[in-house]
Amino acid sequence: MDDVLRFFFDNREGIFIIILSILLGIEVISHVPSVLHTPMMSGANAIHGVILIGALIVMGHADNTLTMVLGFIAVMLGMLNVVGGFVVTDRMLKLFRKKKTKN
Amino acid sequence: MELFTSQISILEMSYILASVLFVLGLKRLSNPDTARSGNLLASGGMLLAIIFTILFHKKEGEHIGNIPWILAALFTGSIVGWLTTKKLKMTATPQMVSLFNGMGGACAALISLMEFSNVPDSLILKHGMLNGEAITIMMGLMIGSISFSGSMIVSGKLGRKIGDITTKGMRYVTLAFLIILLAFLVFILGMQARPSMIWIYLFTALALIYGIMFVMSIDGTNMPVIISLLNSFTGLAVAFGGLLFDNQVMLTGGILVASSGTILTILMCKAKNRSLFTIISGAFVGGAMDSTTDRDKAIKEISHGDAAILLRYSQKILIVPGYGFAVSKAQQLCHELDDLLTSKGVEVKYGIHPVAGRMPGHMNVLLAETDVPYEKLLEMEDANKEIGSTDVVIVAGANDIVNPAAEDDPSSPIYGMPVIKAWNAKNVIVIKRSMTKGYAAIENDLFYHPKTRMLFGDVNASMQQLLAAIKNL
Repeated sequence: MDDVLRFFFDNREGIFIIILSILLGIEVISHVPSVLHTPMMSGANAIHGVILIGALIVMGHADNTLTMVLGFIAVMLGMLNVVGGFVVTDRMLKLFRKKKTKN
Repeated sequence: MELFTSQISILEMSYILASVLFVLGLKRLSNPDTARSGNLLASGGMLLAIIFTILFHKKEGEHIGNIPWILAALFTGSIVGWLTTKKLKMTATPQMVSLFNGMGGACAALISLMEFSNVPDSLILKHGMLNGEAITIMMGLMIGSISFSGSMIVSGKLGRKIGDITTKGMRYVTLAFLIILLAFLVFILGMQARPSMIWIYLFTALALIYGIMFVMSIDGTNMPVIISLLNSFTGLAVAFGGLLFDNQVMLTGGILVASSGTILTILMCKAKNRSLFTIISGAFVGGAMDSTTDRDKAIKEISHGDAAILLRYSQKILIVPGYGFAVSKAQQLCHELDDLLTSKGVEVKYGIHPVAGRMPGHMNVLLAETDVPYEKLLEMEDANKEIGSTDVVIVAGANDIVNPAAEDDPSSPIYGMPVIKAWNAKNVIVIKRSMTKGYAAIENDLFYHPKTRMLFGDVNASMQQLLAAIKNL
């Protein structure tokens, strides 16, 4: 029991962030018209490209060739997720915008 | 925790701002008017996080090094990413989303692999492998790998390059594999000393294989739901990465996507009237073939000339577009046909089923491309309300979404799925290239209905002929 309390105390901020982020995620999705399901999914896809930051950190501290090479690949993969994700989302939404201005 | 320096403080502030931009961006994406700006906001947050990390991040007092190589990697990734989307056809959107999702999963897995050697021996001495760092690494590795291989398979399935595995036993094999994978995870985390990398690579391979199996037995029609699910998986892997690096923006971004992705997946399941569990376990593969064997089936055809007359003298018609419409790129001609009929006094509307095409919103996006006014697009419930007074329903390259089996046949894979009730209109014209089955691979009794006439041909070509025929009337 003491271990559990200790764990909670040591990680209290992280736990707070996690719980609030979960609620935030749920709330943000709560009123999506089905027409926007796909762009939202694409947008969220782009956002999880933030894994790139981890790749930058790893590559930024690489001290041997293997880590450099793998780090390079990881940064590329992350950037693909980011760029691909946001560009595809934008393309999907461009067509919506044209439709709206007609009204 | 790092000690205070002004640089780290600035970095953390930028992370808070980036996280806020992610949340605002995602929120704005839920409204058609603000959606585009929402996407821009989120991308701005991402750019902010990237730049500030490169400039200000410090690990054990060291700045980010290897900057030229980092920039090269960022640049190459951007170019390849941008070019890939350039080649994108609107019909291939789901494949793209899945592909880039896989990239993110792969990144998470790769990072975990690399960080493994950084787990301090002192930590392992104290707790064995059951310590915070090792756990977050293993979880990120497992979930990232599953997401990567699963997404690649989904992309392949949507590109029609990979089929479904329909043997009934498959889902038990998949389940067994999951148990093995989880057991292996427990085994590794239970080790008291640092395991050799062989174990880790083996674990990675198992996770990758499971990802393939997980998706393999799922029916092609459910791919959009699975993409959303894998999206939230990658988000979860990213969150574990955030825990590993003690990085707030990765943690927030990851959790945001994991939680919103889960809700979105559930919403999509509701639109299909299926539980997520049923979809994942592939329970409906190969279901209803048997129930429609002995019926005496005859179809009635109609020529373009006769169809033109029927349309020209109708009061109200409803066009129901489907995947065939998208593949045929019929939206422009359809709009012309629409305009022509409207000028002759016919009321033309569109019935948009939530999962018409391959993804929700697919049809709306295609029709918006040609500036079809918003008011003409009816959601399924509204279309069904008006369908009784509709003279002709044109089923343009759609199949499962107008299949009466969804209402009548409990043994059908699509039973319970809400559909557009085309058969309630006065007449039905189905434009189709041939009598092949739709994505759900089942018969569609609408084609044999007394009110239905088949108009064989490519949607685009047929609309062209209809257009010409009506002009000649």
